Amino acid sequence: MTHSDTPVLELNGIKKTFMISQGLMKGTKPLYALNDISVQLNKGEVLGIVGESGCGKSTLAKILLGLMEPTSGEVLIDGQSLKGHKQLDISRRVQPIFQDPYSSLNPRKRIGDIISLPLRVHGIGDPAEHERKVIEILDLVGLPKRVLNNYPNQMSGGQRQRVAIARALIMKPEIVICDEPTSALDVSVQSQILNLLMDLKDELQLTYLFISHDLSVVEHLADRVIVMYLGRICEQAPPDRIFDEPRHPYTEALLGSVLTPEPGQGVPDTNLGASYPNPINPPSGCRFHPRCAKAMDICKSNAPMLQQINRSKVECHLYE
Amino acid sequence: MTNIVEVENLRVKIPVSAGMLNPVRGLTFEIKKGETLCVVGESGSGKSLSAFSLMKLLPKIADISADKMQFMGRDILKMSPSELQNMRGNRMAMIFQEPMTALNPSYTIGNQLVEVLRRHQNVSVKEATERAIYLLEKVGITAAASRLSQYPHQLSGGLRQRVVIAMALMCGPDLIIADEPTTALDVTIQAQILHLLKELQEEFEMAILLITHDLGVVARMADRVAVMYAGEFVETGTAEQVFKQPVHPYTQGLLSCIPVPGKTARGSRLGSIPGIVPSLIGDMRGCAFRSRCPHANGACHNNVPLEKWSDDHFKRCVLDDTALTSIAKEAIA
Amino acid sequence: MTDVTHSIEEEDFGPSPREILKKSILAHRSLLLGFGAIVIIVLAALLAPVLAPHDPYLQDLSIRFTPPVWQDGGSWEHILGTDHLGRDYLSRLLYGARISLTIGIGAVLISGTIGTTLGVCAGYFGGRVDMVVNYLITVRLSMPVVLVALAIVAIFGGSLNIVIMVLGFLLWDRFAVVMRSSTMQVRNMDYVQSAQAVGCSTLRIVLTEIMPNIMNNLIVVATLEMAHAILLEAGLSFLGLGVQPPLPSWGLMVAEGKEMLFFEPWLIMIPGAALFILILSINLMGDGVRDVTAPAGKN
Repeated sequence: MTHSDTPVLELNGIKKTFMISQGLMKGTKPLYALNDISVQLNKGEVLGIVGESGCGKSTLAKILLGLMEPTSGEVLIDGQSLKGHKQLDISRRVQPIFQDPYSSLNPRKRIGDIISLPLRVHGIGDPAEHERKVIEILDLVGLPKRVLNNYPNQMSGGQRQRVAIARALIMKPEIVICDEPTSALDVSVQSQILNLLMDLKDELQLTYLFISHDLSVVEHLADRVIVMYLGRICEQAPPDRIFDEPRHPYTEALLGSVLTPEPGQGVPDTNLGASYPNPINPPSGCRFHPRCAKAMDICKSNAPMLQQINRSKVECHLYE
Repeated sequence: MTNIVEVENLRVKIPVSAGMLNPVRGLTFEIKKGETLCVVGESGSGKSLSAFSLMKLLPKIADISADKMQFMGRDILKMSPSELQNMRGNRMAMIFQEPMTALNPSYTIGNQLVEVLRRHQNVSVKEATERAIYLLEKVGITAAASRLSQYPHQLSGGLRQRVVIAMALMCGPDLIIADEPTTALDVTIQAQILHLLKELQEEFEMAILLITHDLGVVARMADRVAVMYAGEFVETGTAEQVFKQPVHPYTQGLLSCIPVPGKTARGSRLGSIPGIVPSLIGDMRGCAFRSRCPHANGACHNNVPLEKWSDDHFKRCVLDDTALTSIAKEAIA
Repeated sequence: MTDVTHSIEEEDFGPSPREILKKSILAHRSLLLGFGAIVIIVLAALLAPVLAPHDPYLQDLSIRFTPPVWQDGGSWEHILGTDHLGRDYLSRLLYGARISLTIGIGAVLISGTIGTTLGVCAGYFGGRVDMVVNYLITVRLSMPVVLVALAIVAIFGGSLNIVIMVLGFLLWDRFAVVMRSSTMQVRNMDYVQSAQAVGCSTLRIVLTEIMPNIMNNLIVVATLEMAHAILLEAGLSFLGLGVQPPLPSWGLMVAEGKEMLFFEPWLIMIPGAALFILILSINLMGDGVRDVTAPAGKN
C-alpha cells in the first residue's frame, strides 16, 4: 500500500447540529449529528468509517461533498478550506459513490449521458471527446461499449454500480467518498465491485473514504479505521489494531457482532443491553455508557478524553 | 426425530408476459422438530418464493405443485382456506424482513399480540395479555407491561423485530419461517436478534426455516443448510459440511467472495463469480450454473440430479468424486 | 471460462424503456380508444372550414328547427338539423370543437405553468418556500371556482380570452399539489444528490434530473384539468357568462337548446353527447397514461 503522510483531506472540529421540530408549538431541539470530528485523510489511503445507522457517517459524507455546511469547524482539501469554494471546484476533487445503484442513476437518461454529465457540466472538451472519455472509463470499470445507449433499468445491480463508479471517476477526482457502495448488492457482485474499487485505486492513485456498516469489508480494504458512535469518533486505529486488540467496548461489541461464515461458533452475545439511544436525548457523560458492559461511575458524568495508546486513539475512561 | 415439514418436488410456476417463469424448480426437503434449516441464495434464486409457497401465501396466479407437501402430517395443498388460516400464525408463524410491515400501525402492540392468540385459541383477554407480557419479557423487552399500550412507530427497529418475534411465538408454533429477519437491522442488533432466536428455539423446541443471503448468518444459525441457485438446491448438508467442505462450485464461489477477518489476507483480491443468474423463463435443461462455472464441460448440458456426496451431504454437479475432491481441496487452500 | 460468461452478458440487457412503453401502450385498450377519439376530434376542429357543409353563422329562419337526418322531416342537406335561427348544427358543432379545445389547452397551459412552477419550487426547496406555496394552495382551494369565475366574467364581460385567463388562473391548484409531492419523492433520490455533487446548477437539476421523472404525473394532471376546464367553460357558457353568442360553444348550444328541451330534445342531446365523448376520451387517455407510465422501474 503506497500512501504518503501528506493529508489531502482534513477535518478540524466538525460539528453539525440539526434543529428538530418537536411538533406544533413545542419548539425545536438540537440534534448533534456530528460532534467535534477531526480526521486526516492521507493521499492514497483508504480510510474506513464504521458505525451503525444514526452515528452520523452519512452526514459526514454530505459535508465532505460540499452538499451541506458544517455548523462549525472546517474542511480542508490540500490545505485549502472548502468554505467559500464553489461546488464546481469541490466536485472536481471529491466525488461520491452511493449505496443504492437503483436510485443513484436517473432512470430517464442513457448510460452515456449519465457518465458524461460531469464533463458537460464543467465544460470539458467537445462531444467527440466526451464520447472518447466515456468509452475509456467504461472499459476501465469493465463494461462493454454497447451500454452507452442503454437505460439503467436494462442493467443488473452490479452493472449499475459500475456505471456509478464510472461517473464518479470520469473527472479524475482525488478523493472518492464510497457510502456503503456494496451493501445493496449480492455477495458475488459485492466482491467484484470491491476488487474493481481496489484496482482503480492503484491505477488512478485515488484516496478513498469508505463508509460501511460491514466491519469485515472495512477490515479487508482500509488502511485506517474510524469507529463512530452517536456523532463522535470512539476509536481510530489501523485495521490490525482494531481487530486484534479492540480498545473501546463499542468496537469490541461491533467486532463481536460480525458473523463470519464459520459454523459451530454460534451467535455471540454482544451484551449491548439497552437499545440505541435517541440522538435527540443523548446520554450524559460517555454517550455509550448505558449499553457498555464495562461502564463505571465516572462514565455517567464525564465525557472521556481522547487517549493515544500505541497506534490507536481511543475515547474511553478505561484507558485514562 | 419427527419431521415437521416434508416437501417433495416443490415447483412454482408464474405466467409472465414473456412466457412461463419457473422460479422454484423441484425442491425436496424436510425439517425436523427443533431444527434450523437455512436456505441461502442470492436475489432471484427463488428462496423467498419457496418459503411463501409453504404457507400458501403466493398470489393466485402462481401455480404451486408438489408430489408431497406436508406440515405435521397434513397435506398443505389440500387444506381449505379456513384450515390454512388456522395453520398460519398458529402452528406455523412467520417473521418478515421489515418489521414495520408486519405490524399494524393503527393498533397498539398489546392489541395485536392478544388478537393473534385469541384468533386461534379459546383464551380470555386476561390470559392472552399475561402471555403477551411473558413473551415480551422473553424477547428481552424491559417494562413489558407498559409497552403493551405503545404503537409500533414508537419503537426502534430492533424492538419492533423483537415484538414481531413475540407475536410469532404467541400461539407456541412448531415452525417459524423467518425471511431475512435481520437484513434491515444494524449489525449489533442483528447479533442480538439472532442470539435471541437461538435461545427461544431451544426453550420452545421450535423448528426454524431461515431464508437469507448472508452466509455468516447461515453458518452461525443453521443445523442444516440448503444452497439455492436458480430455483434449485445445488448443495445441501449440515452447516459443518457445507462451510468446511463445500463441493459445489457455486458454494465455493460464494464463500470465496466474502472477506473473513483473520483468514482472508488484507487487501488481497476477493474471489468472484463472473456472469449473471440465467433467465428462469421457459423450460430449462442442464445445470443452471454452467454458464458461470469455471469447471463446466459438455456433460453439464444434461439435467443433473441431486446426488449423495457423503452422509447427509448432497450436491447437484456432474463432476465425478475425484475431480470434485481436488477442486474442493483447492477451494479450501 | 470467460467465453461462456461473455455470451450470457451479451444477451443480458433487457428491452429499453421505450420498447416497454410502446408495448404497454399497444396493450392498453382504453388508452388507445381515448387517444383515437381525441385525434378525431382534434382533426375535426382543425379541418372545420373544410368539413363543415355550411357557414356556422349563416341564419335562415325559414328552415329553423329542421330535425336531424334520422328523424322525420330531416334531410341530408342538414345532417344534424338546424337550430332556432336556422343555422346548420353540424357546422356549429365542428366549429364548437375548436372553442372547447382552445379553452382546454389554453387554460391548461396557463394553470400548468403556474402550478408546476410553484409545486416544483415547493418540493425542491422545502422549508419556507414550501410553507408559502402551501399557503397559496390553501387560499386558492378556499375560493369556489364557479362563483369566482362568474364574478370576474360578470365584471369584465365574457369573451374567449377572458374565460381562458380566468380558468387558467383558477385551476392550478392540482398541478401544484401533485408536482410538489412528486418532486419531493424524486428530490431524495441519490441521482439528484450525485448531480449536486457534480456541481450542476439548481435549474439544470430541476430540468434534467427532476422534470423527466415527474413528467408522467404532469401529463395525467394536465389531461384531467383539461377536461375540467372544458366542462367549466360549458357550464359558464350555459349560464350565459362564458363565451358569448354567436360563437358556437358547445355549452352555449346546450343553453340555447334548453328552451326547446321537450319539443326538440336533439338540440341539447347532440352538443351534450359531443361534450360527453370529448371529456370521456380525455379522461381515458389520462388514466391510460398513468397506468402505462406508473410501474416503471418498480418490481
